[in-house]
Amino acid sequence: MNVDLSQFHQTFFDESFEGLDAMEAGLLGLDPAQPVDPETVNAIFRAAHSIKGGAGTFGFVEIGGFTHLLETLLDELRAGQRAWDASLVELLLQCVDSTRGMLQAAQQGEPGGADAALEAQLQQVLASAAPATGAEHSPAAADPACTAGWHIDFRPEPDIAQQGNDPLRLLRALAELGPLDVECDTAALRPLAEHDAECCPLGWRIRLQAPVEEAAIREVFAWVDDACELQIRPSVDTADGPGSASPGTASSGTAHPGTAKLGDDVAAATEAPASGAPANAAPTASPVAAPAPTPREGGGSIRVGVDKIDALINLVGELVITQAMLRQRVQGLDPVEHESLLGGIGQLEQNTRHLQEAVMATRMLPVDVVFSRFPRVVRDVAVQLGKQVRLQTSGEGAELDKGVIEKIVDPLNHIVRNAIDHGIEPAAERTAAGKAAEATLRLSAWHQGGHILIQVADDGRGLDREKILATAQARGLEVEPDLPDAAVWDLIFAPGFSTAQAVTDLSGRGVGMDVVRRNISSLGGQVDIASERGQGTRVTIRLPLTLAILDGMTVRVGQEILVVPIAAVIESLQIEPAALRSLAGEQGLLQVRDEYLPLLRLDAVLGYGASAGSTAADADAAPRLAVVVESQREKLALVVDELLGQQQVVVKNLETHYRPVPGVAGATILGDGRVALILDVGGVPRRPPVSTAA
Amino acid sequence: MTATANPPPAAPAATPVAPAATPAVGEAAEGHTQEYLTFCLGEEEYGVDILKVQEIRSYDTVTRLPAAPSYIKGVINLRGTIVPIVDMRLRFAMAEARYDEFTVMIVLSVAGRIVGLVVDGVSDVITLADTQIRPAPEMSSKALDGRFITGLGALEERLLILIDIEALISGEALGLVADAAAETH
Amino acid sequence: MARILAVDDSRSMRQMVAFTLSSAGHEIAEAEDGQQALNLAQSGAYDLVLADVNMPVMDGISLVRKLRELPSYRFTPVLMLTTEAGDDKKSEGRSAGATGWIVKPFNPEQLLSTISRVLS
Repeated sequence: MNVDLSQFHQTFFDESFEGLDAMEAGLLGLDPAQPVDPETVNAIFRAAHSIKGGAGTFGFVEIGGFTHLLETLLDELRAGQRAWDASLVELLLQCVDSTRGMLQAAQQGEPGGADAALEAQLQQVLASAAPATGAEHSPAAADPACTAGWHIDFRPEPDIAQQGNDPLRLLRALAELGPLDVECDTAALRPLAEHDAECCPLGWRIRLQAPVEEAAIREVFAWVDDACELQIRPSVDTADGPGSASPGTASSGTAHPGTAKLGDDVAAATEAPASGAPANAAPTASPVAAPAPTPREGGGSIRVGVDKIDALINLVGELVITQAMLRQRVQGLDPVEHESLLGGIGQLEQNTRHLQEAVMATRMLPVDVVFSRFPRVVRDVAVQLGKQVRLQTSGEGAELDKGVIEKIVDPLNHIVRNAIDHGIEPAAERTAAGKAAEATLRLSAWHQGGHILIQVADDGRGLDREKILATAQARGLEVEPDLPDAAVWDLIFAPGFSTAQAVTDLSGRGVGMDVVRRNISSLGGQVDIASERGQGTRVTIRLPLTLAILDGMTVRVGQEILVVPIAAVIESLQIEPAALRSLAGEQGLLQVRDEYLPLLRLDAVLGYGASAGSTAADADAAPRLAVVVESQREKLALVVDELLGQQQVVVKNLETHYRPVPGVAGATILGDGRVALILDVGGVPRRPPVSTAA
Repeated sequence: MTATANPPPAAPAATPVAPAATPAVGEAAEGHTQEYLTFCLGEEEYGVDILKVQEIRSYDTVTRLPAAPSYIKGVINLRGTIVPIVDMRLRFAMAEARYDEFTVMIVLSVAGRIVGLVVDGVSDVITLADTQIRPAPEMSSKALDGRFITGLGALEERLLILIDIEALISGEALGLVADAAAETH
Repeated sequence: MARILAVDDSRSMRQMVAFTLSSAGHEIAEAEDGQQALNLAQSGAYDLVLADVNMPVMDGISLVRKLRELPSYRFTPVLMLTTEAGDDKKSEGRSAGATGWIVKPFNPEQLLSTISRVLS
């Protein structure tokens, strides 16, 4: 039989990562100073144990070796042979990280050995004060030489069958080694009337005529060697005396206290067969078939590959388009004459919308998936900086799209590190200011409209207005001293801005808040800061629940139809010629109330103008309609030719088969089957393309 | 375009073969054959590995793309997938191209990418044995430079320029790929 | 062929065991801890039980003990899936009534050949 083990690798990786997360959570919840909950330790141990077992089975030798050490240490802790302390927790956390790294490497098919230093450390800990284990009983390094044959005396304990072992099966297995002479010893057999059918009061004297090694014989009896009397002697010549004890002779324990006790238990159980077992199983004794792939958490769920869900979403997207097309086709029909058709189309529209919502919901994950990593992050960063921080989370159950979740991890990580690094004061400074020595960092999430808000709030020192202004000036940014606070906080998101006095390796690694804001706005989200001197800072991220559908405003630009994400739209307005200000070399400005906004002609900046047959002068003459949008705190007025309406669109990736296009976030398919591009408001070029006028 | 498919008596056709494989000359695998879809660009006739062709469609309305060279006509909706359309005539053969009811698109699926090529017309499917394929001389085509040509197929009176479609699509020549685009613009 | 109950809290291990055994023509039921296994064992008849030792809710040793208390499983072969480090576990398992063990890591061939020892 040839089984391709690689088909199980993905499952192994999945469950191992889950196991590592569980280990990490368990370790973080451990307070070495307090009595440790045995079930927590058991769960940590089991996770390591499973990874080790799987790694061995599926051929990840290095992972198996490393987790074996880890498992050994955890086993000692579990058995109480070793006491918990903070440094052990730290070491184990590092081992979790290292194992995760090895698994990731293995998953990518990359070679990845264990971290040698860590492994050495682990070994050192294991060697120190290791519980004295008795020297291994070496299985009689007996006469390796084969003899012509063997004498075997085998007398199982009478209740051997109650281990599921059948003496006859053992004899058959022995017969596979060579020809047997078997003599049954029935001396202990009682008369039939007194015979206990579950007892086996027999012994066998066996002569095996084959030059096999003793180990092969012992292998046959391996499962029963402490539940029987077993003597194995080489038969050097055919007529040997039983007295000649050769070096190979060995006998296994006869009277086992454990076995005797077991016998009693069994007897008791036989007397009252109904007592124990059914009571145990009563509540759940339902004939459930294989409950195998059901993860433990929550009322029945199945694992489905993301690709399958995405395929489903695509199909539903198609359905939505078809439905929109049908609706368009029937628009002109007489409602009386075609009542049932129109009714059916209406019903289809409703069903399609519900189906789409339901399918989208399958991609939704609780934000806890992200939050759950932060106890570790906060702990590590706080330890590294010598600060005391308590993390509180709330709203972990709020759900958002898997695609959004994946992309929010890095920005959130950065914000949290920043908060601990820059926002939260050292304990001494806090107590001096009359605050609790331990700072509180709150991570919360909640839904609002079609959005999710995620907030990172600290009770630290708050932002320093003067320092930010000074830094901004030093960086050459234009600042006015009387800027409102909100505008000052906003400077933090300017490229290259950092107020850290010393560049730490935590948050000063060259990725600034500007990247955070860019990443978030590329998800169609926004990030805001609020801060109070001495009270703390709140960073709030606002994100769409999903990237797969989008509320869009459809506009016409020349002959093209574009979709502008509603989230970015502030208003649309008629352009009064008096409100236009031209600016040398620029597209011009549009006055909207007391603001002057850059005015962009979409047809020109997207390079549509040329082939529309209109000259630049023509285009300049009559901008009549503008959509005011906001991106990354900047407002723009986009010149369009017509507003067509608002609709929810299914976002399609343009880059699957084409390169990224500046100013275009994706594409969608309209009701008539045509493709419309979705505008990336933040990425719209400010000038017409130069090189592609051809 | 009256030439008929003329399969030589040989092994089963449509053997999947890496298109980049240099066609062996003369002595090589006698019985090895491959099928090609032939099409016209201007006065020249070309062939692409039939296994890369997903379908042939009539020319449809495209949605234009910003900042795209003129030969990238735009994108179409191919059953829910957004597929770019390249007019091969504008890219390689001539400055002007007419779009009428005879204009067709060859939809190719190459290395995970789908792209539609607009050509003057599709002729037929022919089978060529390795022995009928000669190595491409340098600059053998007005339109395509040698990098994208795997060889020249000779079939009766016809001379087919065999295109290495994979190299063409994933290279910078058509501007479909991100890196290449960054260099061009 | 035999009806086999495979008990392991590791999904990948269950998959591997189930795939191997069902490819060999056996009928497999799976459980992810001892309690589930016990419930299944009570509601169905199995010719062999393969049980991991370390499992949440109810471990493999307890499972064997409980199974041996059930009249219909007094003589049913029960093999423990154990790791090489588990010498103590082996004897613990045996005194609880386990038939034998399969040492992890094992491969499909080893699994089948060990199983054939008790399914003759």
